[in-house]
This record gives sequence, C-alpha cells and structure tokens, in this order.
Amino acid sequence: MLIAIAIAGISLMPIGFAQVDTFAFDTPEQQQRFRQLSNDLRCPMCQNTNLTGSSGGVAEDLRREIHRMIMAGMTNQEIEQFMFERYGDFIFYRPRLRAETILLWFGPLLFLIIGGGVAFGISRRAKVVNAEHGAPLSADEQTRLHELLHKK
Amino acid sequence: MLPELGQFSLILAFCLSILLGSLPIVGASTNNLLWMSLARPLAAGIFVFLAISILILTYAFATDDFSVQFVAQHSNSLLPTRYKLTAVWGGHEGSFLLWTFMLSGWMLAVAIFSKSMPLDFVARVLGVLGMLCVGYILFMLATSNPFDRIVPLPPADGADLNSALQDFGFIIHPPTLYMGYVGFSVVFAFAIAALLSGRLDAAWARWSRPWANVAWAILTIGIALGSWWAYYELGWGGWWAWDPVENPPLITWLFGTALIHSLAVTEKRGVFKSWTVLLAILAFSGSLLGTFITRSGLLTSVHAFASDPGRGVFILAILGISVGGSLLLFALRAPLMKSEFGFEPLSREIFLLANNVLLVVAAASVFLGTLFPMVYQALTDDLISIGPPYFNAIFVPLMGILVVLLGIGPITRWKKTSLVFLTSQLSKVAMLSVVLGVVIPLVIVLRFSFAATITIVLAAWILLSMLRDIKNKTANKPDLRSGLKALSGSYYGMQLAHIGVVVMMIGVALTSSFSAEKSVLLAPGESIDLGDYQFQFNGTLPVSGPNYIGDEATFIVTKAGNPVTELHPQRRLYLASGTPSTEMAIDAGILRDIFITLGEVKENGAWSMTIYIKPFIRWVWLGAILMACGGMLAAADKRYRRLRSRSEEKAVNSGRAGLRTAT
Amino acid sequence: MKNLRFYIPVSVFAVLAVVMWRGLYLDPKELPSMLIDKPLPAFALTTVEGAAITQQDLPQQVFLLNVWGSYCLPCLIEHPTLMRLAEAGEIPVVGVNYRDQQELALRWLDDNGNPFAFSILDEDGRFGIDLGVYGAPETYLVDAEGVIRFRHVSVLDEQVWAEKFVPAIAELRRESN
Repeated sequence: MLIAIAIAGISLMPIGFAQVDTFAFDTPEQQQRFRQLSNDLRCPMCQNTNLTGSSGGVAEDLRREIHRMIMAGMTNQEIEQFMFERYGDFIFYRPRLRAETILLWFGPLLFLIIGGGVAFGISRRAKVVNAEHGAPLSADEQTRLHELLHKK
Repeated sequence: MLPELGQFSLILAFCLSILLGSLPIVGASTNNLLWMSLARPLAAGIFVFLAISILILTYAFATDDFSVQFVAQHSNSLLPTRYKLTAVWGGHEGSFLLWTFMLSGWMLAVAIFSKSMPLDFVARVLGVLGMLCVGYILFMLATSNPFDRIVPLPPADGADLNSALQDFGFIIHPPTLYMGYVGFSVVFAFAIAALLSGRLDAAWARWSRPWANVAWAILTIGIALGSWWAYYELGWGGWWAWDPVENPPLITWLFGTALIHSLAVTEKRGVFKSWTVLLAILAFSGSLLGTFITRSGLLTSVHAFASDPGRGVFILAILGISVGGSLLLFALRAPLMKSEFGFEPLSREIFLLANNVLLVVAAASVFLGTLFPMVYQALTDDLISIGPPYFNAIFVPLMGILVVLLGIGPITRWKKTSLVFLTSQLSKVAMLSVVLGVVIPLVIVLRFSFAATITIVLAAWILLSMLRDIKNKTANKPDLRSGLKALSGSYYGMQLAHIGVVVMMIGVALTSSFSAEKSVLLAPGESIDLGDYQFQFNGTLPVSGPNYIGDEATFIVTKAGNPVTELHPQRRLYLASGTPSTEMAIDAGILRDIFITLGEVKENGAWSMTIYIKPFIRWVWLGAILMACGGMLAAADKRYRRLRSRSEEKAVNSGRAGLRTAT
Repeated sequence: MKNLRFYIPVSVFAVLAVVMWRGLYLDPKELPSMLIDKPLPAFALTTVEGAAITQQDLPQQVFLLNVWGSYCLPCLIEHPTLMRLAEAGEIPVVGVNYRDQQELALRWLDDNGNPFAFSILDEDGRFGIDLGVYGAPETYLVDAEGVIRFRHVSVLDEQVWAEKFVPAIAELRRESN
C-alpha cells in the first residue's frame, strides 16, 4: 500500500503555506538566482523557514526586494550584503565563515580525520592480531582459490 | 470517570515498571529464577495498562470530552472523526503517551519473540526497557498528564486541531516515526544486557540483528513519510529542511545504519564488539535527543511543541541517567570484550569500518550543525542560523564517498582480499559505468549534463558491481535459478536495500539539478510552457467547503499536443480565522511531478500562479521504501529462526552456565 | 592507561549534557538590531496625515520611533504607555505606520488616540526593511544626531519603559550635555 501511495501519488489537496509571488524575470538564470537566494535566506519573523516557504509579512517584502535587486543588476554578493546590513547573520542559512564559525565549518573535516585515524589504528592492530593467527592467503593464492571455486 | 481511570492505568503501568526495572535485573545477577521469570509477565502487564490509557484518551476524543484539558486544546466538535481519533498525538502530552505506548509494544514483542534467548539475558533486556518506562511514565505523571481535567467549567467546545495537521500525513507519520525511533531502545537494551553480563558473542549479535534491522526499516519509512508530507504540504517543492526537529531522527538513522553494518561484522567475524555496543547506545541516545529538542524549547523549529524548560530539565535528566549511565557502564565493561580475530588492511571488515566512519562523521556533523546556534548564542549573545546550505555542503560529499565505496564493499572478502582480485572484478564495471554515465544523458536529454553523468556513473557502479557479485555467488551452481535460490534472505535484503540507496540517490540528484518552476500571471484562456509541457488556464469556479469558501482553477496540461492531465488548484479563505490558504494540485508520476499553486486574482481577472516540474522526486521516497523492504527481508532470514530449536537447547545450557558465572 | 579511551564517550556526553542544560535557560532572544550606533536610513515619504517628510524633519532631540499597524494587536496593548508618554511630554514619539493602509491607520488613530507627533506612512514596508524591522511593534530610541541607539521588539509596557528606556535616555541626555 505504501508503494502504491508513493508511486501513484494520491492527488491530495493539502493546505499549502507558500505565498505565490509573480515576479517576472528576463532570463531563466535570473529566476534561478531568485529561487536560490529566496531558499537560502531565512525569514526573520518565522520559527524556522526560508523566505520561499513563508507567507506574508516581511518575508514577502524581502522577496520583492530580491527581485528588484536582481533586475537592477546587483550581484548575489551585493544582495547578501544588503540583507546583512539590515538583519545580520541570522538571515543567512549558510553561516558566513569567520573566526567564530571555523569550528562549525571545519568540524566535520576534523571528525573525518579523527575517524580515519581511529580506523587506521584499528586496522593496524587487527593486522597484528591476524599475523599472530597465522598467515592469510597471499594474493596469488587468493586468486587461485577464487578460480577453483568458480570453475564451471 | 474514564479519564481518571486512564490516569490510574498509567499509575499501574508505572508501578509495574518499577518492578520490571529492578527485580529481573537483580535476579539475573543473583540467579534468582523467580525474579527473572517476572520479566515477561510484567512487560505484558505494562503493555496492557498503557494500551488501556491510550484507548481511554482516544475515547475521550471520540466522545468530545472537553473536560479533559488535552482534548479541549486539540479537538473540536466539528473536527472530522479520523482527526479526532488521531489528535491523540496532536500535542505534547498525548504524543508522549504514544511514544511510551510504542515502547511497551516493543517490550511485548521482545517478551514474545525471545524464546531462543537465555532467561537471564531476557530478564536484563526487559529490565532495562522497564527502567526507561519508569522514567517516561514518571515524566508524564509529574509534568505532562494527558488526563488533566479542566475545573470547574469545561469549555463548550475545543480549540481545534492545528489546521496544518488536519491531513493524511498526520495520521501515519508520527506513529510510524515513533515506532522506528523507539525501536532502537530494544537493541540498546540488548547492548546493556551484554555489558551487564560481560558476555558478547556471536549469539548476541545474531539475536540483536533482526531487532536492529526492523527498527531501522520502520524508522526509514517514518522519516520518508515526514519528507513526503512536508513536500506536498509546503507547496514549493522542498522535501527536507534540515530543521532542528527533523535532524535527530536522521542522526538516529545514521547511527542505526552504522549499527546494522557493524552488527554484521560482529556476528560473522566476532570483531568490533565494543564499537557495536557503543553504536547501539548512540542510536538510542539519538531518539532521546529528538524527544528532548522537540519538547524542551531548546531550539527554534516549526515542529516544536510549546516550550517549557521544566519539562526540558526532566527529559535531560532521563537522558543523563540513561545515556550517561550506559556510557559509564560501557567505559567500565567494554574493555573486557576482546575481539579475537584480526583482518588485513584490504578486507570487507575495512570497508565496513569505512562505512561506519563516514556514517558516524555524518551523524556528528548533523548534530554539530543542529546544536551550534544554541552554543553560539550562549557564548557570543548573538544569533546565527544554520540551514540547508550548510548541511548539504557537509552531508552530500560524505554520502558521495560512501556511495563510491558501496560499489566495492559487498564484493570484498572477509579477512583478506587481494587488490588484484578486486581490480579484476571491478575494472570492467568501472569502465562500463563511465560509458553509461556519458551515453545515457546524451541519449535521453540530448545534451551533456555533469550532474546526470555523475549520478548515472555512481548508480551503474553500484548496480553492475552487484550483478558481478551475484554472478560470482551463483557461478558454481548447475544453473542460475538454483544459484539464486541458494542465496539467503539476508543477502537479498542487503542488495535490495542497496538498490534503495541507488534509487534514492538518483531521485535526490536529478530533482536537485533539473527541477523547474515558473511564476506567471495568466488570464483565463491563456497558456504557458514549462519544460516539455504546455499549461492551458481555463479560468476559475467558486468552490466552498464546511469551513471555507474559495476559487478552484482548471488547468489542461498537454505534452506535444497529447493530453497529460487536468489540475485543479484552489485558493481558499477559512471563515473562522479569516486566513487565506492555497491548495496545490499535484500530478504525481514515477518520472516527474507536476504541480501548480494558485496565488491571487488581480484586478484585470488574471491570476498569479507558480508551476513546478520536479523530475524523479518520487524516487527519493521509493528508494526509502526499498531500503526498508531490504531491512525487513534481511531480518526475516531463516537462519534467525531455523536454528531456534538447536540454539534453544544450546542457549538454555549456556544460560545455566552463565547463571553460575555472571557477576 | 590503555582503557582510558573507553571513557571518551561518557566524557563527551557529560560536556554536551551541561551545554544543553545551559541552553535551556537561554532567554529566547529577539533579533539584535544591525543599526545600533548607525544613523537612521534616509527616506522620502509622506506622513499618514498626508504631508511630505524626509529624515530632516525628524525631531532634533532624543526621540522614540515606534513601528505600528492597525492590524497589530500588541500595538493596541502598548498604546496606553505611548499615550502617557506623549501627554507627559517627556519625549517625542514618532510613528512608522508599517505595511498598513492610510484610511485604516487614520481610523485607528481616531478610535484609540494619537500619541505620535506624526506617523510616517510605509505602506509597502520598504522603510521598515531599511530599519531591519521584522514585525510590529518595535520601538527605536534615536539620539539628537539621528543615530539609532537602542531597539526594543514587542510590547513596550511600563516595565520595559522603566527598566530599559529610562536609563538609556538618561544616558543619552547626559552625553549630549
């Protein structure tokens, strides 16, 4: 039943909360930029939604401003600067890289290095244990065994 | 009268939990057969009383008993019956009762399906779960009683269920999510029992695996349902927001995925013992973390229940005692669990170790991103936001590496695999994958696309490697059919789940790269193109419902002149609140979704609207379903059941032996 | 000690538990204003009453800039406080009628009383965006040079006035002397 739901997709009539703007753009690239910015900026008055998913209020106005700025030829960086001057870091869903956010951005890499190191240590130790248990098959022996097993 | 009985039933369950959380565990350490045998009946009793409680609460909703505060807050006499019954989990108190009831359900399942396990082990497992019940039920009785009454005057009618929740998704997503989420408590209890008894062997791993796999499969579905619900609810094509309340189930899922792979190694090779135990504890703590974040007001989220630091402290205490206690037990007991065997640097063990590292790093990173804003505020008194751009930047590369390894791992041999062997198996697979990756997009969309190529290369890499492995495994049988028959349910489960990963990856990658949308102003009679489709707007008609009025638009969608579908999005005005809302119309398809959201009518009669085309979006959830089916298939493997009679004898004997030596 | 590494998980957990416990008691924060110690943004609009106005027409002394709307219930709640301030004459109160309609705003002032020396009409919310407004009501404390010194979000009641604004105003007046 679950598969039927997912595949066929019941054409449900849900309550949607996205306000529908109609901003005209000259090029699809502009529309894409608009969508990108609207997705990556946070609605200042909502619980935790981006500008795209918020209806009414300041979110609506900010989308209108983004459209205006794109049509006026401003770059993404300039638009983000405009937003920052008025609403600060809070409005960016992509936290800017600063001294305070270094741990945030490089944390995962640090985790990966630590994890890799631990894994490396484990494999070294396991190899030693293995050696104590007797030599495993060599590469040639392994290939030969494979051939023997799979000979028709 | 009934609500008081409901509360009394909770109290009875609480008393039984205290007994279950103490006697059987002590009994297991002191060889007290009587106390250990109490475990199963006590678990059944707790289930019965919690079932009675939740049924009474449901009945209160069904009969519009607004003297019960929780019912008055979340229901209304005009609410459709199906929502009245499910509003039980429409708010904090009721959903927590559901949470605890799910735990008791799992406890009952353990009590029933544990015949092949020694009594002291079962006693400890159920005892640990009983301890959790003590914490949860005490929390309800002390801070979140769903049966509180409104005195002296109950309201004439209720406040109604939040309109966002009056939807099919609300009926199925929370119970499924909770079922999977809470299910990880079982394998957690297994891990604690192992630590307490000091024994962790292949038998333990063999017992644990089905429970871990089933909980994992259900959690996969639960999360996928949430994503699907959000997709058609939000109306702009988003399906995962990296919200602070969405992230903990994902963290649990990531730990859970690492756990089911680590359990495979522990069962087959007797290694990674203490690591598996740690993963079980981490997966469980993910579930408690979710409860904590949702109910304590720690983080801002659209999902959060009303915040209450008092409740938060209580849950944090439960978290501290259960997770902190088990991690302390881990520190004390895990060093005793020695792994006896080794393996070479190039072996299946290494690939599964890499799998675990990547999944755990991903889980830790999601956790970091979720908690960081709060830490930042505590330290700098300033606010920052962390959302999809951050999480995607971290998560996608990690999963990318994992996906590449997924093409190699299943083919590797345990203990030692030669590089020559691997290259001979996979070099053709690699080349063919690249060729397919370049050719297929060119043929289908007639142009080169980097995103599509990478996606198809990875998908082919895994699928072809899978076929290669199947070929190897069936090569020494007389024919293909008997070869396939000889493969175990566990093997098929694994491959099916991996296929699910591929399907989901295709869905995610292609929908992210090729979704299209257009916002336009159309007058009746006008039409617009998007992608390969033409949309003809045929005007609107007034429409009304029980509590709203509105307009319904008609769109004829065609492709190269051939009719595809008709869509009827609506714009509604809810009379009670005066709030407008838009009802999107979706044409769902296996290869793409088309949907339209209706905006507002302008003075000249034209309507604003947005049209979306989302290719392959359904593959995201289809992949999840396949993964879950794979997990269930693996759990159903005959070897978990076939050996029961033989192992039952063995287990009883070793149980007796354990009774003499357990500390 | 070989077994020390097994204590790493519980130690990490202990730290996290403390962090989360502290986090529970963090006050829900209003968004800090980016315009503190910056001049009021320039504008060229009209008042609700119909007169043209720019930033040069603003009071040349310490004053309050209050963002309000006829649709806004908390604004009605803080209204008596603003009326009292206006009548006491301690400090000029200038309004910004945010995302509202002129007739509705005038009617609201008529029905409830007008504490504002005048109200800037900001129907499309542009000026609000330049101020960094994210929802009415908000009140800004602006000094004699037109520099924003303080912002309060949500209802301005007598308690907030006494605890936050009175000391801040005294400070500003001391500075300018």
